[in-house]
Amino acid sequence: MRALVFALWVAFALPAQAVEPDEILADPVLEERARDLSKGLRCLVCRNESIDDSNAPLARDMRLLVRERLVEGDNDQQVIDFIVERYGEYVLLRPTTDGANIFLWAAGPLMLLLAGGLGVGYVRSRARAKDEAGSGLSADEKARIEEIMRG
Amino acid sequence: MITELGHFALILAFAVACFQSVVPLVGAHKCWQGWMATAQPAATAQFLLTAFSFAALTWAFVTSDFSLRLVWLNSHTDKPMLYKVTGVWGNHEGSMLLWVLIVTLFGAFAAWFGKGLPPGLKARVLAVQAMVGAAFFAFIIFSSNPFLRLAVPPFNGQDLNPLLQDPGLAFHPPLLYVGYVGLSMTFSFAVAALIEGRVDAAWGRWVRPYTLAAWAFLTAGIGLGSWWAYYELGWGGFWFWDPVENASFIPWLLAAAALHSAIVVEKREALKSWTILLAILAFGFSMVGAFITRSGVLTSVHAFANDPERGVFLLMITAGFMVGALTLFAARANVMQAKGVFGLVSRESGLLVNNVLLCVAAFVVFFGTIWPLIAEMAFDRTLTVGAPFFNMAFTPFMVALGLVLPIGSMLAWKRAKIGRVIYQLRWALVLAVAVGCLAFAMQTGRSALAPVGLFLATWLVAGAAVDLWSRTGRSGGGAGRLRRLFRLPRADWGKAVAHAGLGVTMAGISAMVAWEVEDIRVANIGDSYELAGYTYTLLDVTDTEGPNYLTTIATIQATKNGREVGMLYPEKRFYPVAQMPTTQAALNIGFWRDLYVALGDPQEGGGWAVRTYHKPLANWIWGGGILMALGGLLSLTDRRYRVAAGAARRKPEPNEPKGVPAE
Repeated sequence: MRALVFALWVAFALPAQAVEPDEILADPVLEERARDLSKGLRCLVCRNESIDDSNAPLARDMRLLVRERLVEGDNDQQVIDFIVERYGEYVLLRPTTDGANIFLWAAGPLMLLLAGGLGVGYVRSRARAKDEAGSGLSADEKARIEEIMRG
Repeated sequence: MITELGHFALILAFAVACFQSVVPLVGAHKCWQGWMATAQPAATAQFLLTAFSFAALTWAFVTSDFSLRLVWLNSHTDKPMLYKVTGVWGNHEGSMLLWVLIVTLFGAFAAWFGKGLPPGLKARVLAVQAMVGAAFFAFIIFSSNPFLRLAVPPFNGQDLNPLLQDPGLAFHPPLLYVGYVGLSMTFSFAVAALIEGRVDAAWGRWVRPYTLAAWAFLTAGIGLGSWWAYYELGWGGFWFWDPVENASFIPWLLAAAALHSAIVVEKREALKSWTILLAILAFGFSMVGAFITRSGVLTSVHAFANDPERGVFLLMITAGFMVGALTLFAARANVMQAKGVFGLVSRESGLLVNNVLLCVAAFVVFFGTIWPLIAEMAFDRTLTVGAPFFNMAFTPFMVALGLVLPIGSMLAWKRAKIGRVIYQLRWALVLAVAVGCLAFAMQTGRSALAPVGLFLATWLVAGAAVDLWSRTGRSGGGAGRLRRLFRLPRADWGKAVAHAGLGVTMAGISAMVAWEVEDIRVANIGDSYELAGYTYTLLDVTDTEGPNYLTTIATIQATKNGREVGMLYPEKRFYPVAQMPTTQAALNIGFWRDLYVALGDPQEGGGWAVRTYHKPLANWIWGGGILMALGGLLSLTDRRYRVAAGAARRKPEPNEPKGVPAE
């Protein structure tokens, strides 16, 4: 029984890790580029993991594909274009800036400008305002605080 | 029998919550003392009933009562006792029960320790808190009841997800929930103040402890989750910008902003409506987080119990509370006139800069998280927004925050001079630049990440130290100032510790990301290899059995200059009941570096795949998180909150240092 479970385990667990030793290219420069590219590509069957981190068989296939293209002499952009052409825009972990995606990239800076503008406006209005009450407490409140502090 | 009592207690608690959300509110409106006073015993009863119900469910898990559907689905007799207990919240229904238990606990806290609160405000706060509770009670009872029975009880259960059978993950949800749900208290205070139409310095003082506590627990919960990912996933990542992580990170950022803006309300009676809005939004995003985890609208590694019907229910709860609170906000915004006056350069405006940066950063994270949904629905594009986007879009905000933080936190209230503060901080700046240059010199031709990160980290830590030291005044010489240093209000210490913690975390993240080295290879037993000055030798690989799993353990010796540093035992486990493999990386934890080894698969030609990582300053990431949480808790125990909360009703002792107004 235990042998059976172990056999099952091996069968289930086999491609259980990310980049495997046998995938690594002999040329360290190419391998470095392959790793960088893999970090930006999404494993299609996983939940939000790059093919560099994923242990799914499909991720392995994609890693091998990236390396194959690099060995054939493609530059980084060509490799990415090749993968996107086959698997679609969905594989890019870093979204492009074309079309509506410009909203995504511009949202942060625009919001910062807006919030910064509102903030400066508020501070200026406060700087111009007249101080109404020294401590900001009414007589009732002061009495109440006294009572609390006395315990 | 106990189970039925637990079920019944849950329904009773729901009834009490319904009562408590109406009667005290009417009482407060009509000024009927008796009706208002019902809130307090009701809150206590609600908590006790829910606690009993939770205990009953725990009992069912501990005794492996498989006639309960939930126990059957998530437990097994062979499971270690610890995981039988933590299995209670390792599933959707149980975790919702924990959630509502914490809602009632916070309500009870406000009832027990809120003696200083004006009766009207207290009644309203407890009523709003009970509304939150009632909504979640209804959710549990009508759509995710943990007490459902099976007609024919099976012999044994299906076991808890093996990934959750880990001490780190076992305690991650409770901490995180205390944080999420703590924000419900902030929310209740905000809504109660809106109903009452009054926001003043006292309100700021009452609401801040709850925000602080929630934020400190969120920090601890997120940190624990990230640490779990680090050692469990087998390659040492600590943050993935996963939708569910983002869902916990957004409330964290907003709570951080809220606890800073509440200081301005408390000290200077300004930023009132902004603080109220933040309080509402922070809890809103907590609920959105619950929705994202449980509805499955965004795919994530964390998603569990993906059930559209429950998702709709949660979305309705979230939408109901947000629309109600924001409508009330719009109607009452005019009563929250600011009183304090301050100059362009002042502590107030420094805190405003903090708020702008934190909130825009939270917005960027939120927008990036939901963009795939928008793109699919509006533009018919299926795309991914992953870690590279967030790293690029989010990091600048943290860099800016790190740059201005030491200056902003030392500016005087009302009117300040930047030149003076920079002069005080000159040595901190020199030190930070020196460390940045050192980091730049140590590395060759790599990114600017480590130098910039370590510069900021040193700047923050040294800045916090200078800030604390400057609080000791000028007179009395070194000894006198040192004595005063330890008598400073805890709020001062909390502030310095938390700010330094942020610096420590920044140091850890930048050093680890920039300087990590890895090695992936096939090793035969007896093989040695070198990485970053350490020699690793694979001594042995054996198969053994754990309580409810099978495992393969490797023994790897790490040596440096011929001396043994430690033995590492990376494991690959297999849980037969759940049919799931997991990896257990082995770590040798050190102050300056972590050695990290994960075991891979046996290779066809013999030998094992082994991956080894050298991670500089890795522990600083979580060390900084602990410091931040600790800073929050220190600040929470400051005298002014204990007094304000009415917890310490005693005469001040004569020799006790007089309550120095912190800040």
